[in-house]
Amino acid sequence: MSLHVLTGKGGTGKTTVAAAMAVALAAPGRRVLLVEVEGRQGISQVLDVAPLGTEERTVTAGLAGGEVTGLSVEPSAAFVEYLRRFYRIGGSATGGLLRRAGVVEFATTVAPGVRDVLLTGKVYDEVRRYDEVVLDAPPTGRIGRFLDVSRHLADLARVGPVHRHARVVRDLLHSPATRVHVVTTLEPMPVQETTEALAELRESGLPLGSVVVNRVRSLQDAAVLIDGLPTEALVARELAAARLDPALASSLLAGGREAIARWEQEHTLGAEVAGLGRPVLHLDEMAEGIGPGEVHALAHQLREQGWGG
Amino acid sequence: MGRVIRLEDLEVLVCCGAGGVGKTTTAAALGVHAAAHGRRVVVLTVDPARRLTQALGLPGLGHEPRPVSGVGGAGGGSLDASVLDMRQTFDDVVRAHAPEGTAHRVLDNPVYQTLSTSFAGTQEYMAMERLGQLRDEAAATGRWDLIIVDTPPSRTALDFLDAPRRLGAFLDGRLARTLARPARMGGSVLEATLGRLVGRGLLADVRAFVSATDTVFVGFRDRAEATAGRLRQPGTAFLVVATPERDALREASYFVQRLHEDALPLGGVVVNRVVLGTGELSAGRAEAAAEQVSDPVVAALLRVHADRADTARRQQRLVRAFRSGRPGLASVQVAERPDVVDLPGLAGLAEDVLAPG
Repeated sequence: MSLHVLTGKGGTGKTTVAAAMAVALAAPGRRVLLVEVEGRQGISQVLDVAPLGTEERTVTAGLAGGEVTGLSVEPSAAFVEYLRRFYRIGGSATGGLLRRAGVVEFATTVAPGVRDVLLTGKVYDEVRRYDEVVLDAPPTGRIGRFLDVSRHLADLARVGPVHRHARVVRDLLHSPATRVHVVTTLEPMPVQETTEALAELRESGLPLGSVVVNRVRSLQDAAVLIDGLPTEALVARELAAARLDPALASSLLAGGREAIARWEQEHTLGAEVAGLGRPVLHLDEMAEGIGPGEVHALAHQLREQGWGG
Repeated sequence: MGRVIRLEDLEVLVCCGAGGVGKTTTAAALGVHAAAHGRRVVVLTVDPARRLTQALGLPGLGHEPRPVSGVGGAGGGSLDASVLDMRQTFDDVVRAHAPEGTAHRVLDNPVYQTLSTSFAGTQEYMAMERLGQLRDEAAATGRWDLIIVDTPPSRTALDFLDAPRRLGAFLDGRLARTLARPARMGGSVLEATLGRLVGRGLLADVRAFVSATDTVFVGFRDRAEATAGRLRQPGTAFLVVATPERDALREASYFVQRLHEDALPLGGVVVNRVVLGTGELSAGRAEAAAEQVSDPVVAALLRVHADRADTARRQQRLVRAFRSGRPGLASVQVAERPDVVDLPGLAGLAEDVLAPG
C-alpha cells in the first residue's frame, strides 16, 4: 500500500496530474484509488464521467489494464463512517444522540480543521484497502496544515480512540508509504510556491516525492528566434511574398520578442526546479484541454520517464 | 457591456476566484489605481506571493497595514497593504468580546491555540472578521475610504457567509449547552460518549474553551451577521476573477451563482491573462505562410503567431460559453501582461480591468 499526495499552486493542474498518476499505476491485480477532498468534482471533469459521490466507483481503465476507482470524500459522510468504523457507534442510539446534540454539525462545519481530520482519516482508511491511493490534495498554501492536522490533534487529544486514530494517521503520513508530489508550471509564482512548499513539508518531516513540471510547451520555434530577430523590413518583404499584409511585420516581431522572453524565463525556472533536490517529471501541455484521452497520454509520459513502473 | 466596477462608488471591494488566477494581484492593482485617483485605500491580502509584496515595495509585510510608498501623492490618495494573520485577528476577537479579565483563559487554552493557527477554515472566518476590524478603524479614524479584500483561494472562500447560521446552530444546540455546563459527577450519556471518544483530558480542555468562549462566540456570531449584512448595502461590490481556462471559469460560475443566491452585489467578472490582438492573421493563414516563406526565422515567427492565434481562438470559445448563459453580467478581458512586477505595471493592469468591457 502506498499513498501519493498531489499538491501545487492553484491552477497548475494538480487534478490532471493526480489522474494521470492513477492511470499510470493501475494494472491487473493492482487496485488504485483516486480521491479528491475538496468537493470540486475535478476528477469527474477531467475524466469526463458523472459526478463522483461518496460511493467508490470505476472511473477509467489503467494504462496497463486494470482499473482506477474514484471517490470524492465528503466530511459529514466521512464523520458518520468514522464513528461507525472506528467506534462502532455511528448507527447506534449513541450516534443518533451525537447527531441530535449538534456534534455532527459542529464537527463538519463549525469547528475549522475537524474537516481536515475527517478527510485525512478517511484517506487513511482507504489506503489500507487499496494497493495505491492517489490523493488530489489542497493547494500548496494549505497542504502543510492539511497533512499535519492529525499531529496537532494527537497532541490535543492525549488519550482515547481519537488520539489513537490521529496517531496512526500521522504515522502513515510520515511513513515511507507516503510521497508528497508538488505540481508546478514554469511560471514564477508556481515555482516560488513549489520551493516554499518543499521547505515547509521538509520541515514537518513529511516524505517528499517528485516535482512535476506540468504544461511544458514546445519551444522549438522560440529556440530558432533566440539567435536574433530579423529586421522589420525583411519580415515585411517575406510577408508580401507570401501574399500577406506587410504591416503585420511589427506585431509578428512583438510576438517573437515575447516568445524569446518566455523561453528565457522557462530556462531560468527550469534550472531552479532542477536545483530543488527532488526528481523532476515533465508533462506536455495539452492545448485542446483535458479529457480522458489526454489523461492517458500524460500517464504514458509518466511511464516513459520511469515513474510508476 | 459596462464596466465591472466603478471604484469611485465603492467603499468595500471583495475579490474572489480560484487559486492562480491573479486575484491578489488584481486586488493590489486596483488599490494602486484608486490611490493614484485620490482614494485612501487599504488592501487586505491573503497569503500574497513574495513577488507581489516586492512589487509593492513591502517585503516582510504582515498584519499591521503599512503604507506603500510612491502611490497617491498630489491627489491626497494613499495605499496601505496588509496580510491576513489568522492568529492575530482571532486574538483580537477574543480580547474584544471576552468579559473583562477572562481573555487570557481563552488565549491560554490549548484547544484555542491549535484552532487559531493550525486548522483550515479559520482563514475564511478571519478574513471577514478582519474586514470588520478594518471597517471599524476606517469609521473611527477616517484613515481609509476604500477597503479591498482578497479571499482565500478556494470555494470555501464564501463560507464566512454561513458563519452566523453555523455558529447559531452550534450555540443553540445541546452540545454547546452540555459543554458549557460545569462537569458533574457521573455526567450525561453525551458527556460519557464524548469522553470515551476524545479522552477526558481533551474534553476538559474543550469544556473550558467552550465556556470561556461562549460570550466570544455570541459576539462573533453577531458580528459575522452584521458584516454579512453590511456586504449587501450600497458601496460594496464583489469582483470574480478568472483566467480563460475551463477550471477557472467553472470556479467563476460557482462564485457568480453563489453570490446571486446570497443576494450579494456582484460587480462583474475579470478574465485575466487573455491572449488578445491576434485577430488580423488567423492561425491557419499563418501556418500556411510559414510553409511558403524562404527565411527560416520568419517562418518561426509565423508559427509562433499561429500558436498564439490558436490559443486566442480557444480562449474566446471558453469565454463566450461562459458569458452566453449570463447576458446581464458585466465582464472584462485583460491581456496577458509580463510587466506586473512593479507599481507602474500594477497601475497598467488596473487600467485594463476598469476599461469598459
